[in-house]
Amino acid sequence: MLGRAVATVLTLAVGVAVAVAATTAAAAEKSSKAATLNLVAYSTPRPVLTKLIDEFRKTPAGQDITIRASYGASSAQGQAVANGLPADGVILNTGNDINDLVDKGLVSPKWDRQSYNGVVWNSVVVFGLRNGNPKKIKGWNDLTRPGVQVVTVNPFTGGIAKWNILAGYVAQRRLGKTDKQAVNYLRTFYENNVVSQDSSGSNATNTFLSGKGDALLTFESEAINGKIPYVIPRQTMLIDVYIAAIEKSRNKAEWNAFSRFLKTYPAQKILAENGYRPVNERALAEFRKRFPVRPGETTITNKLLGGWRAVDKKWFDPNRSIMQGIEQSLGVSTG
Amino acid sequence: MTTFLLVIVVLPIAAVIWKSTGNGWAGFWEVVSSPQAVAALKLTLVISTLAVLTTAVFGTVIAWVLVRDSFRGKSVVNAIIDLPFALPTIVAGLVIMALYGPRTPLDVTIGSFHVDADVTFTRGAIYVALLFVTLPFVVRTVQPVLIELDRELEDAAKSLGAGGFTTFRRIVLPAILPGILSGVAMAFARAVGEIGAIVLIAGNLPFKTEVASIHLFYRIEQDPEGSAAIAVVLLAISFGVLLGIGGLRWFVTRHERG
Amino acid sequence: MGRLSLRVVALGYLTLILIGPLAMMVWRTAEDLDGAWAAITDPDTVAAFELTLKVAAIAVAVNTVFGIVCALVIVRGNIRGRGLLNAFIDLPLALSPVIVGFALIALYGVNGWFGWFQRNGFEILFATPGIVLATIFVTLPFVAREVVPTLREIGTEQEQAAQTLGASGWQTFWRITLPSIRWAVVYGVVLTTARAIGEFGAVALVSGNIAGQTQTATLRVEDAYQFAYGNYAPAYGISFVLAATAILILVLMIVLQPKGTRH
Repeated sequence: MLGRAVATVLTLAVGVAVAVAATTAAAAEKSSKAATLNLVAYSTPRPVLTKLIDEFRKTPAGQDITIRASYGASSAQGQAVANGLPADGVILNTGNDINDLVDKGLVSPKWDRQSYNGVVWNSVVVFGLRNGNPKKIKGWNDLTRPGVQVVTVNPFTGGIAKWNILAGYVAQRRLGKTDKQAVNYLRTFYENNVVSQDSSGSNATNTFLSGKGDALLTFESEAINGKIPYVIPRQTMLIDVYIAAIEKSRNKAEWNAFSRFLKTYPAQKILAENGYRPVNERALAEFRKRFPVRPGETTITNKLLGGWRAVDKKWFDPNRSIMQGIEQSLGVSTG
Repeated sequence: MTTFLLVIVVLPIAAVIWKSTGNGWAGFWEVVSSPQAVAALKLTLVISTLAVLTTAVFGTVIAWVLVRDSFRGKSVVNAIIDLPFALPTIVAGLVIMALYGPRTPLDVTIGSFHVDADVTFTRGAIYVALLFVTLPFVVRTVQPVLIELDRELEDAAKSLGAGGFTTFRRIVLPAILPGILSGVAMAFARAVGEIGAIVLIAGNLPFKTEVASIHLFYRIEQDPEGSAAIAVVLLAISFGVLLGIGGLRWFVTRHERG
Repeated sequence: MGRLSLRVVALGYLTLILIGPLAMMVWRTAEDLDGAWAAITDPDTVAAFELTLKVAAIAVAVNTVFGIVCALVIVRGNIRGRGLLNAFIDLPLALSPVIVGFALIALYGVNGWFGWFQRNGFEILFATPGIVLATIFVTLPFVAREVVPTLREIGTEQEQAAQTLGASGWQTFWRITLPSIRWAVVYGVVLTTARAIGEFGAVALVSGNIAGQTQTATLRVEDAYQFAYGNYAPAYGISFVLAATAILILVLMIVLQPKGTRH
């Protein structure tokens, strides 16, 4: 009898607690203005996106829109959206994160039929260096010299790493190596020279800044924001950062306004000022000096790679893939 | 009533187990036997065992000193033993990194000879982190037993000519063994599941410093069914440990039940 | 075995593992007080502290009731399965927080067993309710574990006496049982609070990490570390506040320790 009474009280307590928490959250949201957009993005561009959101709100289109932004590792964010993280649109740094959402019906298969093919900004793979570049690192073959220590990112957790690896592969192929030789280059590189693989690009930057390694494999934007001297290798990848709308969003008009804004000249200028390569032609021309084109710049659609779906399966599948094999042989050889 | 309470605890576990069956037995096995998962599980078990054994030894020594010794500041020392309980794990990670990270003051550089206490990105980092978080377990399970231990037996042994170590081995150790075992079991369960203290300092290199909980943490993003399989294995380990507590204690205290 | 050498070993180990690192962290925070202070007073950090306290309060309230009820069932109940309950209460202690987070996604994610809520606008995951649920689960056992031994020791004489004098079940509970276990309850509450404030793994998976809204204090520390660009003062600063809170809780634990020995 007592037990049952207390059981009822208990159920009520839990129910009330959850209900209170839910309604306070809902109430907070309802009391805000016309529309609230939920932006889900990968982590490193948070400072510049915060600026861009502020700028957007100063425009007539953005005046009545509040934007809530969630930042985290690209793949984690994609998966979170699939699990129910509220989102009206995403900004992610690898194509397979978007493709996952397409496969789950959350993003339209025609998502890249927007301006600039769905790319909102670019970057390139660079080598971050120590002051003065004592080890004289310039190209990919310098990275595999004995004694050179490189900091990079775990490809299974951080999007940056995927671009890095593909850049290394393509560089070798462009220098005339065969597919097998290029993969071997990567294997040697990981075995002898990679000294740490952080879980995210930001963590890798931290690691490098605290003194580890002679070079940091990263995005140009990350090196600029970390105030790290860098060199763009002759052979590099042009990194696309993608923006896509979420199908079930109830704020499509507002999201499109935001998305369009991001590609206008004023917004792209802010991006350029913060180290990101603009897609907008006018901004790009204006900042050309800061963002030189390298002769060996390759894109993901190059036939050596074949686009994200092919690349992801062949290179980054956690169960069986080239990188999985390389990582495993690392573990085996060093016990 | 009991059913209600049991449901609250069991429901989440059931959901995880259910999700792991999403790809059938073949899928389950493929994920669990994938080289990276196996490496992560192996690393978890090996380092956790090493850390817990270390904690067991030093924890017993610390408990002994706290109970039998007396010195100025002892009550303060007694108090801070519980700090790893009270401290958020991610803060624990940063605390360890302060002394054993890249900017460690423990650094000897003479010419080109260089040795320092920076353990980040090595298995040492995981080891130290686990030592930190498991510190209180054995100390706190052994202390009460030591306090209640009847010293007459020890005095009798000494008067019969037994040396300190023999007395310890024959009289004290059997008495405190159940306490040590309880502490070890709880510490092991904790070590196997630890994530906060490790995530920042270990670097999570696959096959080198990636433990099962970290592997799971990141895999959830890519592959929910597969990660459920790994979660189930970790669950099985936890269950095993829980059963182990009960079993070992029962075995070791069997003489008390007559 | 020399008394002195044992003492040296014990204190040496503690210095290496516990005291040394802690002192170093305080030192690093002191090195850049401005940076640390800026991080602590940042609106997003303040929001994170507020969220952590709010979640901890709810978790404590729910688990106190739960813990007392469980303890009563385990010690005084006459139902089958109470031994099982006693064993299962400890389960959250043995589980990795990652599994807890994963389980919550399996239950409340859009494809989960109770996905209906998430699909229809009742945000559980990636909002405060999810964080609350994760915290409730990981702090489940503490009050119960403290109350059970105390209840056992007290015995039922007083309650039986009250009942023969005509007191109702509720009166007996409120006037006799509850006061006799109050210190165990308080101690359990202190442990629950510490654990609730410190939770990271489970919350990291279900919170959505929206700064200023669903970011707890522990997530904020990780965030400060991620965007450190080599300058760890903000991360250390926020950690310092959490460490100070932990020490405060420690002091409470010592002061309230039941009978001077631990269970």
